[in-house]
Amino acid sequence: MRIRALDRKLLREAWRLRGQLFSIALVVACGVMTVVAMRSTYESLELSRAAYYERSRFADVFVTLNRAPETLAARIAAIPGVAAVETRIVLDVSLDVPGLDEPATGRLVSLPDGRESALNVLHLREGRTPLPGRSDEAVASEAFAEANGLRLGDAVSAVIHGRYQRLRIVGIGLSPEYVYEVGAGQIVPDNRRFGVLWMNRSALAPAYDMEGAFNDVALRLAPGASEAAVIAELDRLLEPYGGRGAYGRADQASARIVDEELKQNRTSGTAVPLIFLGVAAFLLHIVLSRLVQTQRDQIAILKAFGYSNLDVGLHYLRFALLAVGIGSAIGAAFGAWIGRLLLDVYAAYFRFPELTYRVSWTLFAIAVAVSAAAAALGAHSAVRRAVALPPAEAMRPESPARYRPGFLERIGAARLLSPAARMILRNVERYPVRAGLSALGVGFAVSILVTGTFLFDAVDYMLDVQFRQVQREDVAVLFTGPRNASARYDMARLDGVLRVEPYRVAPARIHEGHRKRNIPLTGLSPDGELRRILDQDFVPHAPPADGLLLGEKLAEVLGVRPGDTVRIEILEGARPVRELPVVGTVNEIIGMNAYMELGALNRLLHEGPTISGVYLAVDPHRRTEVYDRLKNMPAVASASSRLVTLENFQSQIAETLLVSMTILIGFAAVIAVGVIYNGARIALAERGRELASLRVLGFTRREVAVLLFGERAVITAAGIPAGFAIGYFFAAALIGAFETEGYRIPLVVSGSTYAFAGIVAVAAAVFAGLLVRRRLNRLDLIAVLKTRE
Amino acid sequence: MGSGQHHETVGARDAPGPALGVAPGAPPPDVVFRVRGVSKVYRMGEVEVHALRSVDLDLYAGELMVLLGASGSGKSTLLNILGGLDTATSGRVWFRDRELTRAGDAELTRFRRDHVGFVFQFYNLIPSLTARENVALVTEIARNPIRPEDALELVGLGARMDHFPAQLSGGEQQRVAIARAIAKRPEVLLCDEPTGALDSVTGRLVLGVIERVNRELGTTTVLITHNAPIARMADRVVRLHDGQIAQEYRNTEKVPAETLDW
Repeated sequence: MRIRALDRKLLREAWRLRGQLFSIALVVACGVMTVVAMRSTYESLELSRAAYYERSRFADVFVTLNRAPETLAARIAAIPGVAAVETRIVLDVSLDVPGLDEPATGRLVSLPDGRESALNVLHLREGRTPLPGRSDEAVASEAFAEANGLRLGDAVSAVIHGRYQRLRIVGIGLSPEYVYEVGAGQIVPDNRRFGVLWMNRSALAPAYDMEGAFNDVALRLAPGASEAAVIAELDRLLEPYGGRGAYGRADQASARIVDEELKQNRTSGTAVPLIFLGVAAFLLHIVLSRLVQTQRDQIAILKAFGYSNLDVGLHYLRFALLAVGIGSAIGAAFGAWIGRLLLDVYAAYFRFPELTYRVSWTLFAIAVAVSAAAAALGAHSAVRRAVALPPAEAMRPESPARYRPGFLERIGAARLLSPAARMILRNVERYPVRAGLSALGVGFAVSILVTGTFLFDAVDYMLDVQFRQVQREDVAVLFTGPRNASARYDMARLDGVLRVEPYRVAPARIHEGHRKRNIPLTGLSPDGELRRILDQDFVPHAPPADGLLLGEKLAEVLGVRPGDTVRIEILEGARPVRELPVVGTVNEIIGMNAYMELGALNRLLHEGPTISGVYLAVDPHRRTEVYDRLKNMPAVASASSRLVTLENFQSQIAETLLVSMTILIGFAAVIAVGVIYNGARIALAERGRELASLRVLGFTRREVAVLLFGERAVITAAGIPAGFAIGYFFAAALIGAFETEGYRIPLVVSGSTYAFAGIVAVAAAVFAGLLVRRRLNRLDLIAVLKTRE
Repeated sequence: MGSGQHHETVGARDAPGPALGVAPGAPPPDVVFRVRGVSKVYRMGEVEVHALRSVDLDLYAGELMVLLGASGSGKSTLLNILGGLDTATSGRVWFRDRELTRAGDAELTRFRRDHVGFVFQFYNLIPSLTARENVALVTEIARNPIRPEDALELVGLGARMDHFPAQLSGGEQQRVAIARAIAKRPEVLLCDEPTGALDSVTGRLVLGVIERVNRELGTTTVLITHNAPIARMADRVVRLHDGQIAQEYRNTEKVPAETLDW
């Protein structure tokens, strides 16, 4: 097939503009890459999740209770809308894992002896399920086994109902309930110190007085059934048996986090590409405007010979489409590659039996169509200007640039500036829109860095607040159940324990009007120092004896303020219900909690001095001994070390930090280089004659370079603070999009984040300048002066 | 002195147009362009520039007309209006039986594509295309073109077809422009100062090509120049002054372009 002459023109000129078009293509590539990578990961996760939840018969409603006879199962199954019921025994116990100093928490989940569960079917990666009747065999969750290097045949020790027992790992498995394996109250998994162990029900029942009984129910709804109605009925049925309040999948710890992650992925997968495509559209706009401007006479010729407006318009649009086409191809290829890597990263956190990467043609098509739309948008005004010119007029050269006294002259500042500075500023002033948009482009580059990096500031801040200001204990011990307050003295007697502070925590439901939430109601000792309740100004508050302190988020969800009264329904023991005043709200980053004084909580629960656990301060040199003792204490369900948890958090953050920083710097550099490089190239093209004339007059290369790059420097300098502001705005928007009831990301942007973003932008601008500098040095003085323009 | 007056004299003597009172029984004259009362006013800021003032003119098939005039006399404006590159402020222009002054943008484009070849003072070649491709640019959208190679042979550039404009001399570039203009077999060839940027030797060569195209292909040709001696190669000469036809005459002593001197 012969190539049309007009297309040859396109290809040759595109080659001449290759640097500029390629830099735009890279910006498009970043956008397409983000869309393809994020959306393909999203779609792959979404599909894997849907398939897994369905295949494994993942339950729809969950509830924990004290103890109910197995006969109740039939009544639960009879609730209208319930399709299937699985009763279970679920317990958290303290584990001694080989190679781990601190005790780990094991969640023991019962498996029906000798048959597959009706719901939440266990998927075996290797090995087998415990043989019927065996009480020393367990299937370990994959994440836990991997983190601790546990293989088939290895053993862990658990304290089950006061007996120290060795459990042999006979299988490694996965469950839809623990796709994201977190323990109670955790938001980041700690797979070394929290793991699920599936055991025969016959092994767990006698140990916990659960023969013919259960303490946990999972059920599946019939199609079309109302979840709320089933939950209400279930709660009513289980109330006498210590039901803690049923909840749907949306509140199931693992399912909720998977869901939130998917939502966040979708948000970033949409917002980030839009920035890139906006920048690409702007760059195409300035490059094509310039091209059309220099080709006025060629446009006139084409029209004189009978090329229609459409032909001419399409010709210039094709430049944009070429850049977008190349960018889309690069972006799609890299996007698919990065999507696959991203999915591998997800696979480490989200345990699905199969996580198949899948990228749909529709996705490519959408990405390309959206980028093409951006190209058309960018090309639009330039192309319109090209076709709108009557041919006779287009044939005449454009009138020379007109400079008029501007702002500088009016304020009389011009006299104070050097001639070079005046030229630079007048050029900025002459194309205020273009200069403004260029600055905005640099701003976007900076804002991407700020928005991406601030998350680490925020997490640092969260960690500081949570692990240094709020939590100050060395070890938080949770007992297997409420115990007499005297248990604290057993702890105090341990060698190396310096201070003991008891706490009581009871599951409760808090009501205000029709709004209600299930929360842990925590009682703290009034003179406690190891766990503090802080308000918005980090002022510690004593736990109130005659009312409640609510976390801010909880107060917001319930719509209550200090002075209002809420109804508290305790979900254990005698299940008392009381109206209590809200005496204040406190700053809380993780979870939704309510606090009161320990003694007041005991009275509310109609119990004597009772505690759920203790916070310990431990002599740093004797930490291991304390851990060893705790591992062997039957009463201890879990003992978590503040420092270890903090380190775990930080090491996970450090991993993601490196990857995301690399990507963000790349993104920002592509944008900043694209904006600065194209701007400088156009300035060079527009003012080549002027600069060559100056060279002829005896200016040095360096002096001429100052004139050309001074303008870019002004634009970069203006763009950076704008980027700080945009970045801050994006960060706020991101927080809004990411905020959940589980945690709240504080809007904290550190000075070093701003500095880092600014430095990257400057470095990118300098790099772009060096690319153009080569051309400036090659400026052919005679030829430039001869060209008619 | 009205331009119409001149025209009537000439028209009555040579080839009376319908508007001018046709002699009974005479064959209908083969008029290609008919221009009646055409004016063109440009607005340059606050000032109005009258480029053409009520011009009447007929152009006959196959003739080579030279439009003489100083710069600013309105000759380029007239040529652009004839070629459908510009529109008249008032008056009417017909190409055969089609009224150009009523045509929209799409129709003017169609008209230029099918009927008109242009040659400009600064050649206006596309710098990123070779000689052959510059010609192909036009033949690709023409209805009945000659091959670009043949067109370039015709202007004596058969050996330099794959050169880019920057590799050609001014005269060669202008000959490429002529090849480009004639390759579509236009009915009219409109040349705006084709020798304006050339020395006289090269200029004669270019004029020779235009003359040959006019003679061998029978293409109606309008040639703009400010060089009076060039008028000697014309069939008819129209002199414009200040937007009006100042003089019009049939050149009875037509000489070959090669013998011109200026």
